[in-house]
Amino acid sequence: MKTRVLSLTGAAVAAFLGASAQAETLSIATVNNGDMIRMQKLADHFTKAHPDITLNWVTLEENVLRQRVTTDIATKGGQYDILTIGTYEVPIWTKQKWLMPLDKLGAGYDADDLLPSIRNGLTAGGTLYAAPFYGESSMVMYRKDLFEKAGLTMPEAPSWAFVADAARKLTDKSKEVYGICLRGKAGWGENMAFISAMANSYGARWFDMAWKPQFNTDPWKQTLTTYLGLMKDAGPPGASSNGFNENLALFQTGKCAMWIDATVAASFVSNPAQSKVADKVGYALAPDNGLGKRANWLWAWNLAIPASSKKGDAAQSFIAWATSKEYLELVAKEEGWANVPPGTRSSLYANPDYQKAAPFADLTLKSIQAADPLKPTVQEVPYTGVQFVAIPEFQGIGTGVGQAFSAALAGQVSADQALQNAQALATREMTKAGYIK
Amino acid sequence: MARAATNRRKLVLTLLAWTVGIAMFFPILWTALTSFKTEAEAIASPPSFLAFHWTLENYAEVQARSDYFLHFMNSVVISLGSTLAGLLVAVPAAWSMAFVPGRRTRDVLMWMLSTKMLPPVGVLIPIYLLFRDSGLLDSRIGLIIVLTLINLPIIVWMLFTYFREIPGEILEAARMDGAGLREEILFVLLPMAVPGIASTLLLNVILAWNEAFWTLNLSASQSAPLTAFIASYSSPEGLFYAKLSAASTMAVAPILILGWFSQKQLVRGLTFGAVK
Amino acid sequence: MATAHSRAAARLTMAPAVVLLLGWMLIPLAMTLYFSFLRYNLLMPGTEEWIGTLNYQYFLTDPAFFTALGNTLALVGGVLALTVCGGIGLALLLDQPFWGRGIVRLLVIAPFFVMPTVSALVWKNMLMNPVNGLFAAVARGLGLQPFDFLSEAPLSSIVLIVTWQWLPFATLILLTALQSLDRERLEAAEMDGAGAVDRFVHIILPHLARAMTVVTLIQTIFLLSVFAEILVTTNGGPGNATTNITYLVYSLSLLQFDVGGGSAGGIVAVVLANIVAVFLMRMIGRNLDL
Repeated sequence: MKTRVLSLTGAAVAAFLGASAQAETLSIATVNNGDMIRMQKLADHFTKAHPDITLNWVTLEENVLRQRVTTDIATKGGQYDILTIGTYEVPIWTKQKWLMPLDKLGAGYDADDLLPSIRNGLTAGGTLYAAPFYGESSMVMYRKDLFEKAGLTMPEAPSWAFVADAARKLTDKSKEVYGICLRGKAGWGENMAFISAMANSYGARWFDMAWKPQFNTDPWKQTLTTYLGLMKDAGPPGASSNGFNENLALFQTGKCAMWIDATVAASFVSNPAQSKVADKVGYALAPDNGLGKRANWLWAWNLAIPASSKKGDAAQSFIAWATSKEYLELVAKEEGWANVPPGTRSSLYANPDYQKAAPFADLTLKSIQAADPLKPTVQEVPYTGVQFVAIPEFQGIGTGVGQAFSAALAGQVSADQALQNAQALATREMTKAGYIK
Repeated sequence: MARAATNRRKLVLTLLAWTVGIAMFFPILWTALTSFKTEAEAIASPPSFLAFHWTLENYAEVQARSDYFLHFMNSVVISLGSTLAGLLVAVPAAWSMAFVPGRRTRDVLMWMLSTKMLPPVGVLIPIYLLFRDSGLLDSRIGLIIVLTLINLPIIVWMLFTYFREIPGEILEAARMDGAGLREEILFVLLPMAVPGIASTLLLNVILAWNEAFWTLNLSASQSAPLTAFIASYSSPEGLFYAKLSAASTMAVAPILILGWFSQKQLVRGLTFGAVK
Repeated sequence: MATAHSRAAARLTMAPAVVLLLGWMLIPLAMTLYFSFLRYNLLMPGTEEWIGTLNYQYFLTDPAFFTALGNTLALVGGVLALTVCGGIGLALLLDQPFWGRGIVRLLVIAPFFVMPTVSALVWKNMLMNPVNGLFAAVARGLGLQPFDFLSEAPLSSIVLIVTWQWLPFATLILLTALQSLDRERLEAAEMDGAGAVDRFVHIILPHLARAMTVVTLIQTIFLLSVFAEILVTTNGGPGNATTNITYLVYSLSLLQFDVGGGSAGGIVAVVLANIVAVFLMRMIGRNLDL
């Protein structure tokens, strides 16, 4: 009797050990954006197909996430197997050999289907180091009903002059309708993403070919004074603390006549479950100033694996699943075509079902194609990146400049003073980092 | 006549006190109410206080997205564990400060408190490296160690001020009767100091529960407490007030209820020697 | 009268706490000190080199540093003043007889239990937001222009949020002290014709001195490192309007990943904290006869 119990226990232990030797647990660090939350909900489909893999999710707000994963990968802490990182991080981290090459995504993955402008930013030496989960550019979202009432017609490719004029005409502060909502919250990924893209269309650049900051030049002055004037006359109150999320909430509740922001927002503002104005939204390309560049940025959230991870194979199979064509179909089946993560695959934009469900599809694709990370602005630059500069020091400089501009938006300093502060700060940091000798 | 005046005075005081009390509590109340609204009602203008369509969908959504009970248990284990560990180290130290004070006792105590003034961000990277090398990243043990060390000075101080109120003669009498140091502390000192220990324990559980820097930076998925749970709701896309409210209510409610139920015990010893 | 035996026992019992705290303080501090003399960016491993005091030069000449120093003092001072004054007022009120004292006391102490992150999120989004917040709705209801708290008066708004969190603590300590006041003395003074103000200034206030000292000491310790409230509400802005020393060090080491610069800032912050500590100890020593 006793031996039987013992042997049974032994068998159970052996079975348990056997199981745990096979089973792998993947820790996935991701952003709390809608598309990622959906991925987390649908991940059951993946674990059903891979019963030997369990998933642990760490979902954090963007800035906290960036800080956590950067600290972890730079110190080789090894807390995560899959990281969600942006287009800014990928080239820098690849250069440091922090990322595992994604060479086991499987035969059916079809990497050639990825949009070239997105894919180029994630590739080094012909190998993919991160797989895009969704990609975005920027565009104008506007309220068709308000435009009609004011007798205005939005062209498909508006100029800044038109946008500024329309914004002022559409503002009715007594009814809490503001002509235009733009980002104002300080941060290199918040207000500076928008302002840098806008500056590109005015012919401004972050650095000249000798890495000297350019905030003392005329194009920056034009950009900033236009932006500040527009926000003063036609922007919502509290704009200096509005980022993407705050503006999205404003637009969805009908407080903005126009909003220039990420193309992914199109599916949120047109979703009747979230948006009061879902049936009244029109779309247009980001504005230009006649210099041949539009205020289009380019960004993608990507999945990548730390080079030190010992669970590379399992992690790659998850990434292959989450960024595949099949995943897009799965989302379409479960939640409708309008909700699939956009901006990564050409086949999606050729799909008639998607085009029908997402009236913004065509403009999204055009916007993504219009942005060129290698030649972001009118003049030549020593860096890559449209609304960022792909050097490690940029986060600090970008956020510092963002603070200076948000102070100007809050009315604490003048535009000239803000530019002067930005120039001083950027020069200081670039000197310290050794770019300026 | 005098009675009426007293009653009128009491009525005025009652009104005033309730106004102040409700004003202080209002942000919490408003959050709790909002957590039962739909997202659209949460930002409706003018806002409605009670006459809205009550729903539990936000709680369901939050629970579907993150494992509340895992985070809750982590919070419980970490805050209780670090407090108990802190008491274990602090009781002997406070005993010696209170009953065998030397010339440097005051300096040592003040030095201990001054360690709490160091900005934690300044030493995050060194600690992260140390934790990585000792395998403590994302472990409850690691967080218990850090929070013990962070709150140790407060624990020592609270116990010290409380022990000082206890007449040393009683301990001495026990010593005369042949009690060793261990018996003296365990069987004579501690029973007399129960109220002080209870309030020390409560205050430190609260402080540890609400500590948001180390718990967020040294945890990932396994050991993340409620402070990390709330970090995923801070500004998701789109309308989020109702979901944020639900998550906030879930993160705050346990400690608030504990605090309310034990407020008598908490207050009794919460004097830091301020009452003579 | 302490014997040699109990002296030895005292050292022994003190040792664990002292050794632990010493280790907790010295090991990271030594590493931080070492890092502060290096060019050390987390994003560029392998490029660390000794650069002497360059990090300190940059940190101390950073215009943001002096703003941050001023903001730190304003934040600590503002919150201390508000919580001590408000705490005395609340304690006096809660000490009076009125209906429902127990419940009001529960309502008043509630904010102390709320985690800083949550309270910052709630104040920022649900109360102070100039479009969707409750205060804005109230202002509109009264026909007023909504006030944009976090960009018009950012530092004051943060002082308000932090005060809300710490007022209950101050109230509790002051209330306990107040309740230990000898009532007969008050009554005797009243008989002698002392007015309410006289009684407050000459009897109540001196009696509360120790409690006020304790509140000041404990709160200063926590207020010097206020961080979550700033991170959540304003990210230190607009401009540097709400950047305190802790946030400045954070932005160097964890937003810019400049570990060298952040470490130098950390060391400067430690030095400043010690100055405050010495200052506080002096004050406490006089008032708390430890």
